[in-house]
Amino acid sequence: MSTIDPVILPLISAEQRKQARSVGLTFVVLGIVAAFVLGNRPGDAGFKLVDSYIFVIPAQPFARILALVLIALGAAQLLKGFGKWTNVVLSISAATFVISFLAWAASGGSFSFTGMLQDTVTRSVPIILGAIAGILCERSGIINIAIEGQLLGSAFAGAVAGSLLGPWIGIVAAMAMGVGLSSILAVFSIRYRVDQVIVGFAINFFALGLTSFLAARVLTDHPDYNILSPLRPIALPLLSNIPVIGVVLFTQTLFVYFAYLAVAVATWSLYHTKWGLRTRAIGEYPKAAGTLGVDVIKLRYRNVLLAGAVAGVGGAWWPIGMVGRFDQNITNGRGFIALAAVIFGRWNPVGALSAALVFGLAEAIQLKMSNLDTGIPSEFLLMAPYLVTLVVVAGFVGRSRGPKAAGQPYDAQ
Amino acid sequence: MQLELQGITKRFPGVIANDNVNLTLKTGEVLCLIGENGAGKSTLMNVLYGMYKADEGQIVLDGKPVVFTSPADAIAAGIGMVHQHFMLVPVFTVAENVVLGVEPTGRFGSLDIDKAREMVREVSDRYNLNLDPDAVIEDLPVGVQQRVEIVKVLLRDAKVVVFDEPTAVLTPKEIIEFFEIVKTLIAANRGVVFITHKLKEALNVADRIAVLRRGQVVGEVDPKTATESQIAEMMVGRPVQLIVDKKPHAPGEVVLEVKDLSVVDADGRTMVDSVSFSVRAGEVVGIAGVQGNGQTELVDALTGLRDSTRGNVSLDGVDITSDSPRERHAKGIAHVPEDRQRQGLVGGLSVAENLILTRYHDEEFSHGIVMDWPAAHSVAENLIAEYDIRTPSADIDASTLSGGNQQKVIVARELSRPLRLSIAAQPTRGVDVGSIEYIHSRIIKERDTGTAVLIVSTELDEVMALSDRLLVMYRGKIVADLDPKVSSAMDIGLYMAGSRPASAVN
Repeated sequence: MSTIDPVILPLISAEQRKQARSVGLTFVVLGIVAAFVLGNRPGDAGFKLVDSYIFVIPAQPFARILALVLIALGAAQLLKGFGKWTNVVLSISAATFVISFLAWAASGGSFSFTGMLQDTVTRSVPIILGAIAGILCERSGIINIAIEGQLLGSAFAGAVAGSLLGPWIGIVAAMAMGVGLSSILAVFSIRYRVDQVIVGFAINFFALGLTSFLAARVLTDHPDYNILSPLRPIALPLLSNIPVIGVVLFTQTLFVYFAYLAVAVATWSLYHTKWGLRTRAIGEYPKAAGTLGVDVIKLRYRNVLLAGAVAGVGGAWWPIGMVGRFDQNITNGRGFIALAAVIFGRWNPVGALSAALVFGLAEAIQLKMSNLDTGIPSEFLLMAPYLVTLVVVAGFVGRSRGPKAAGQPYDAQ
Repeated sequence: MQLELQGITKRFPGVIANDNVNLTLKTGEVLCLIGENGAGKSTLMNVLYGMYKADEGQIVLDGKPVVFTSPADAIAAGIGMVHQHFMLVPVFTVAENVVLGVEPTGRFGSLDIDKAREMVREVSDRYNLNLDPDAVIEDLPVGVQQRVEIVKVLLRDAKVVVFDEPTAVLTPKEIIEFFEIVKTLIAANRGVVFITHKLKEALNVADRIAVLRRGQVVGEVDPKTATESQIAEMMVGRPVQLIVDKKPHAPGEVVLEVKDLSVVDADGRTMVDSVSFSVRAGEVVGIAGVQGNGQTELVDALTGLRDSTRGNVSLDGVDITSDSPRERHAKGIAHVPEDRQRQGLVGGLSVAENLILTRYHDEEFSHGIVMDWPAAHSVAENLIAEYDIRTPSADIDASTLSGGNQQKVIVARELSRPLRLSIAAQPTRGVDVGSIEYIHSRIIKERDTGTAVLIVSTELDEVMALSDRLLVMYRGKIVADLDPKVSSAMDIGLYMAGSRPASAVN
C-alpha cells in the first residue's frame, strides 16, 4: 500500500497565471504611458456633451492621478489579483485611460464627445452584423472566414442596385449577394467537405478581385451606377430626447436599429428557441442531433444562408448607410475584425456587440484625432482599429473555447 | 410489437459487413447479439436505426414491410438506440439533451425548458433512474450519462431499445445497476437488444443469444443451456481457450521499484498521488481501476513519456526517473500503450516499418544515414510468422489491419527482444477473442522467462486472470494490494469505486 500524502496545488492552471500576470503588466504599462505621455500637455480639454454644456477636464492633473492609480492597480494585480473582478477593473481603467488620452489630444480646445460616441455606434454596424453572420455559421459548425468577402460583395451589389433602383432594392440586392456568396461556402464545405478555411479565403479573394475589376472597368465608365443618397438618420420619438444617449443610440440610420434588432433576436433565438438548441447542438456534436432525427445538413445550409443575408445588410451599410458609393476594397478588413469580435465575444451575440463597439470606438477616435492637432501621423492613426484587434485578441481573450464541431464536415453515416 | 430483419445485406467497398442476416426482435425479451469486433453487429443495428441503407433485404414491423431512411423514421417506428459512444452534447444540460429533436415549445417557437425538465423528471421517476434535469453532461460520470441516453429513448416512446456495447465504459457496480434497468424495461414490456462481445454478460442477461461471425448469423443459442466456450467457438470459428493457462509464479528479485511517485497534469490536477509499489522478476502485477483514475499518467511516467513531479522510479536498483523513453527502452523496458492508433502504431507506415520502429537506429537496420530495408524486411517477415499477424504482406499500411492484428504488431515489436520489464496498458482493448487468447499467452510466456510484467487494464476479468498480484487505483492513489486468487470481483469493484468491502473494514 502506498502512503497517503496529498499534494495540495493551487487550482488555477499555468495559463491562467500567465494571463493574470499579463493583465497586471498591462496596468503598469498604461500607467507609465499616462504619466510620461499623457501628462506632458498642460491645458484644459473640453468634452462637448450637448450644445449648451461642455465638460472640462484638466488634462495634465487628470493624467497624473490616473497614472498613480493604474500603477497601484497593476501592483495589486501582480501581487494579489482581483479574481473575478479583474475584467471589471480592467474595463473601467481602460475607459478612463481613453478619456485621459482624449483630454491630452484636445487640451487647449474642445471637441464633440457625443458626436464621437455617435460615430462609434454608427461604425460598429458592419462589424456587429458581420460578427452575427460569423456566429450563426460557427454555432452551426461551419467556420466562416469569408465574412470580409461577403461584406465587400454585398457592398458592391448594394451600391449598384441602390444607384439604379433605389436604396430599398439596394439592400435586397446586397442581401442576395450575401446569400449567394454564403451558398458557395455552404456547398463546398457541407456538400463537398472541402476545408472551410480554404473555401473562406477563396471567397474573400474572389469577392475582392471581382468587385475591384468591376469597379475599375464598369463603374468608372458609368458614374451613374455608383451614386446614391444614403439613408438619413431617424430620430426615434421620445428616446432621442434623452440627453447624450438619445443622440448616441437613437438618432441613427435604420442600419443601426437593424443591428440592435439583430443582436436581440439572435441572442433570444440561440438560447431560448428550438432552432437555437438544435443549432448549438449541431455545432457542438452534430452526431448527437443527427441520431435524434435532426437533419444536420439541412439546418447547416439554412443557417449559413441566413448568415449571408445578415452579412449582406452589413455590406449594404457602406453605400446605403454611410458614403453613398462603392470604392475598391471599401470594407478594408472590417470582416476580419468582425471575426475577431466573434471570438472576443465568445460566440455570443451580446459579447460580439461589446467587442464591435470597442473596435467602433477605435475607429471613431481615429477620425477625431485626424481633426485635432495631436502631432500623431494620420497613417499611424489608421492602424488604430487593427492594433486594438491585435491587443484584444492576443492579450485578453486567451484560449476561449468555440463550438467543438466548427470546421468538421458532417457525415451522416 | 414484433420486428423482423429479413435477408439484410450491407456491403462496404471490399467488405460484406452483413450477409443475408435474419433476426426477430420482440417486446418483453432481451435479445443478445454477440460477435467479435468487425463481425457486423454495429452495422446491422445502424441499418435498423436508419443510419445505413441496406443493399438487400427488408425490415418488417408487425407484418408490414417498412423503410427507414433516417433515424427519425426509426424513432417514429418505436426503435431507440443507445450508442457505444454516447450521443450527448457535453455542454448541454440533461434536459436539453433529452428533448433535442422533440422540443416542447411555447409562444413564437420558444423553448419550454420547464416542460422539458418535467418530462425528464417524469420518465426518470417512473423507471427509477434518478436524474437531475439541470446537471450538465460533461460533469456527470459515464454511468449517469448512460441513464440520460436511456431517458432519451424512453421519452420517444421506444418499444425496442438497442444497446451497443453498453457495459464497455461502466464500473462493475454500474454494470449491476444497468442490468437492473434492463429488467425494469422488460417489466414495462419493452424489447431490449443487447450488443456485446462479453460472454458472461450475454449469458447473464439474455433471453436469446444470436451469434454473428463475419457478417452472418451463425446460430442462435439458449442462454439456459449454452456455455461460454460453446459461444466463443461459434464467434471465432474454432475452439478457444478462455481461461488463461498459467503455472504458479516464482517471483525473483525486485526489478521495478516506484517510490512516492506523483504526476500533475497540464491543468494542475494531481493525477498520480504519491504512489509506491514494486514489481519482481517473473511476476505479473495488475493495476485495476476505472478509466481516468491516473493509470494513463502512471504508465506515461514509468515509460518516460511524461515528467513526474515527485518521487522516483528505478530499474534493477538504478534510478531511471529522468531517463528518456529511448534510454528506458534500451535498458529493457517494453511498452504496449493503451491507445494503439495514437501511440502504438504509425497507421500510415507499413507493417514492416512499424515492426522496427523502436530499433530502426540500430546498426542492424541502418548504416550511417542509409536504411537497410532488406534487413528490416527479413526481421519483419520472421515476426509476422512468429506472432501470427494476419496481413496480406509486410508492406501494406498498418492502419488497414484489424484491431487484433494491429495489437499483435505492437506486441511483436515490444516483446521480441531480451526484456527486464514489460508494461502493457489495455493490452486487449478492442481485440477479438482469438487474439486475446494469443496476447495473454505471450504475456504469461514473458513472465515465465523471468521478466517483470505490469498490466494496466480497466477490464477486471482480464487483470484478475493475468495477475499474480493486483493493485487497485482510485483517484491517483493505490487503494488496495490484493491477491487475485482469493479476492472476489465484487470486492475489487468496490475498491475501484472508492469504497471498501465490509470484510476489509475491520
